[in-house]
Amino acid sequence: MQKRNRIIGLTLASALAVGLAGCATSDSAADGAEQIVLVTHDSFALSDGVLEKFTEQTGIEVQVQAAGDGGELVNKLVLTKDSPLGDVVFGIDNTFASLAVNEGVLENYASPQLTAAEEPYLLPAGSGREQLTPIDNGDVCINVDHEWFAEEGLAEPVTLDDLVSPKYKDLLVAPAANSSSPGLAFLLATIAAYGDDGWQGYWQKLVDNGVKIDAGWSDAYYVDFSGPSSEGDRPLVVSYASSPPFEVPEGSSVAPTGALLDTCFRQTEYAGVIAGTEHADAAQQLVDFLFSVEVQNDIPESMYVFPVNALATLPEGWSDYAEIAENPYVIEPAEIDANRTEWISEWAAIATP
Amino acid sequence: MTRTTGVRPAPGTILAIVLGAGLPLAFVGVFFAWPVGAMVGRGLFADGALDLGGFGEVLARPRTLRLIGLTVGQAALASVICVLLGLPVAHVLYRLRFTGQRMLRALVVLPFVLPTVVVGVAFRTLLRDGGLLGPLGLDGTFAAIMLALVFFNIAVVVRTVGSTWEGLDSRQEEAARVLGASPQRVWWTVTLPRLAPAIVSAAAIVFLFCSTAFGVVLVLGGTRFGTIETEIYLLTTQFLDLRGASVLSITQLVVVVAVLLVAARARGRRTAQRRVAAAASARRPRLGDAPAIAVTLLVAAFLALPIVTLVLRSLRTADGWGLGNYLALGGTGSRNALVVPVWVALGNSLAIAVQATAIALLIGLAASLLISRRPRSAGLRRALGGFDGALMLPLGVSAVTVGFGFLITLNQPPFDLRSSPILIPIAQALVALPLVVRTLLPVLTGIDSRMRESASVLGSPPWRVLRDVDLSIGWRPVLAAAGFAFAVALGEFGATSFLSRPDRPTLPVVIFRLIGLPGGDNFGMALAASVVLAAVTVGVIALVERLRVGTMGAF
Repeated sequence: MQKRNRIIGLTLASALAVGLAGCATSDSAADGAEQIVLVTHDSFALSDGVLEKFTEQTGIEVQVQAAGDGGELVNKLVLTKDSPLGDVVFGIDNTFASLAVNEGVLENYASPQLTAAEEPYLLPAGSGREQLTPIDNGDVCINVDHEWFAEEGLAEPVTLDDLVSPKYKDLLVAPAANSSSPGLAFLLATIAAYGDDGWQGYWQKLVDNGVKIDAGWSDAYYVDFSGPSSEGDRPLVVSYASSPPFEVPEGSSVAPTGALLDTCFRQTEYAGVIAGTEHADAAQQLVDFLFSVEVQNDIPESMYVFPVNALATLPEGWSDYAEIAENPYVIEPAEIDANRTEWISEWAAIATP
Repeated sequence: MTRTTGVRPAPGTILAIVLGAGLPLAFVGVFFAWPVGAMVGRGLFADGALDLGGFGEVLARPRTLRLIGLTVGQAALASVICVLLGLPVAHVLYRLRFTGQRMLRALVVLPFVLPTVVVGVAFRTLLRDGGLLGPLGLDGTFAAIMLALVFFNIAVVVRTVGSTWEGLDSRQEEAARVLGASPQRVWWTVTLPRLAPAIVSAAAIVFLFCSTAFGVVLVLGGTRFGTIETEIYLLTTQFLDLRGASVLSITQLVVVVAVLLVAARARGRRTAQRRVAAAASARRPRLGDAPAIAVTLLVAAFLALPIVTLVLRSLRTADGWGLGNYLALGGTGSRNALVVPVWVALGNSLAIAVQATAIALLIGLAASLLISRRPRSAGLRRALGGFDGALMLPLGVSAVTVGFGFLITLNQPPFDLRSSPILIPIAQALVALPLVVRTLLPVLTGIDSRMRESASVLGSPPWRVLRDVDLSIGWRPVLAAAGFAFAVALGEFGATSFLSRPDRPTLPVVIFRLIGLPGGDNFGMALAASVVLAAVTVGVIALVERLRVGTMGAF
């Protein structure tokens, strides 16, 4: 029968497709070395050779798996609780820590190398202290274009209160709290500053004073901000305390932008062992390694945040431009978790009518 | 001619149908229906019991209703605009003959592959107060979103309609003209009916793309506008409100299926037609083409504006104009922003896109050949119609739902693929598949089935019929589809970012990373990398277009 030829062709085609899928799966199982998966956010990066050193020291190979940012990362862990995505997670921050702990996606393990010096970064007992090891922290602050204010002869704002002053009308741009993680951090700063009943009024004033809300950080920073590498005309933007060093021209020692340190919200990022791992011991070693001085010294240049380990040293020049807020705004992770959804909905109603 | 009624189909036909349908169905089933079903199921089954109360509650929210209205409205309007503008452009690019035509055809596809986040920034740079188009006051308006949706999707109309149009025998029009019909009459009664299936196909695809548009709407609409898609994203990733997300996913599905049904109905009866070589149908431009040429120039200018902005901005460095941003692509960005140099990421992208194109072509071709057949039984015909629709669905369903679905379904043998690199080309192929099918089908269904029957009667075995009839007529669209699929795969960001491994990122993923970091160098590199991505895409598509001329007569 001649029809058969066609059928053979189609069968071959499907065999090809199955084969294609088959050979791709087999390469994940490697030679005898123990392999663990580090689930992390999209911005995870370490210098060349750092993770390899871990493999040299312990014989454990680490495969890095990106799983989105902040809330997305935690929500993925929650969703895959029955069949975990990996063995170690890094990048859960204080705004989502409680959710991860309450949903039981983490094993009880915190690095034994933590000392009293890291106390400020530790979560409260019973609410994450047992499961999460702090790794880095960074502040989300208003960034200011020094050159713009100098040219206008206008004094720079200092506090959150200043931002609603008519002097600074139409000068601020912020990423939205419901689609951007620095946007959410800024909302939390205002909630910490003005309290449960006061922040709505503050945001109403911000809106009346012409704050511009963009969907994401890139959009706010590169399109609407007036900084040297940006296109826009607004000299105030919600960004990170670590952003100004990037704007320093090569060979110069003057930063054209700066961070307003009285407007900051501190984000601390944690690592933990994912519940259900079959490599608990290896996973714990990796958590310890992330907290070790080796990785901690590498963190500023690779991820633009500050290390938490008191023994870590900052790279040269880093401390001149990247400043740390002395009294950043904080809210207990448990409180954030309990109110996040409601706050964001309330915020959206005020800021994006 | 030899067609007789009441003859039972040969057993081989049924087998071929089963196999031809089996491969695409298995693919769409495993990599689309199952993950989506699992996600929706999670949302609807609370504690083991089906809970439909969510429907009333979620659908009653005024915000939900507004978003559904906005989604349908903007997708419908964008489809209409794309067709109205796309038809004259397709005429000029595929029916006329002039130098530079191939380059223009490739350029039209350019926006399609540019990363939305970069285009969003380019658009907003033009539209914001103080920008080149600032005086129009479009920043953050509905019109801005519309501009962007048309920018991204007009290529779908131009290419889908164009590849059908260039094969139409122009002698029918000439005959009508000779017999005294006015050009308008010829257009309405001769040309348009023959193009209708391709137009409806293209419009349906544009509608689906627009109704699931995500990045553009978010960036350009500011926070005032949204779609069902953006809402599903927020509910799933930020609030883990799976119930709400499920309800919206189902709503999205209902809207999409309704559109597909309307489209299938509008495509209506298939008309058999002779196809000719493009060389025979193309002619030099005449005075009567002036309006179409004018529209084409306008569209070209509109497409070029954001791209030119992008290119110019990519040439600006801290020390004035120069190639600094491009030279930086060999490195990893200021302060080691990247894990691999941009060129390596480009290599990854190309390799993955080739795999994705192969998968999409294989499955799309199998499905198209099958759907283009006209079985005599009405039941089988209906089944094929349904099958056709099922292949379109991946375009209309939220990438977030599919992506999260991957995580909870593809986690056990034989489909333990969650962290496998093969999942990236598969996800890209899923997006490209409907485009492949929609490009191939209008041509394959246009083949007069009597040609196949005569070939059979004259003693050709089925594979020869396939080769000498279907493929010899359909190879142009196959190549067009391949180029298109490749472009889509190259630019795909949503699913890829979800699945890619940090140590083996694709170019769009790298661009997204660069534009998410402060500092002029990183921003400049992001723009330069986007220009490179665009240039590579145009190059590949132009190559495909040239290749197909070179192989002419090989079949």
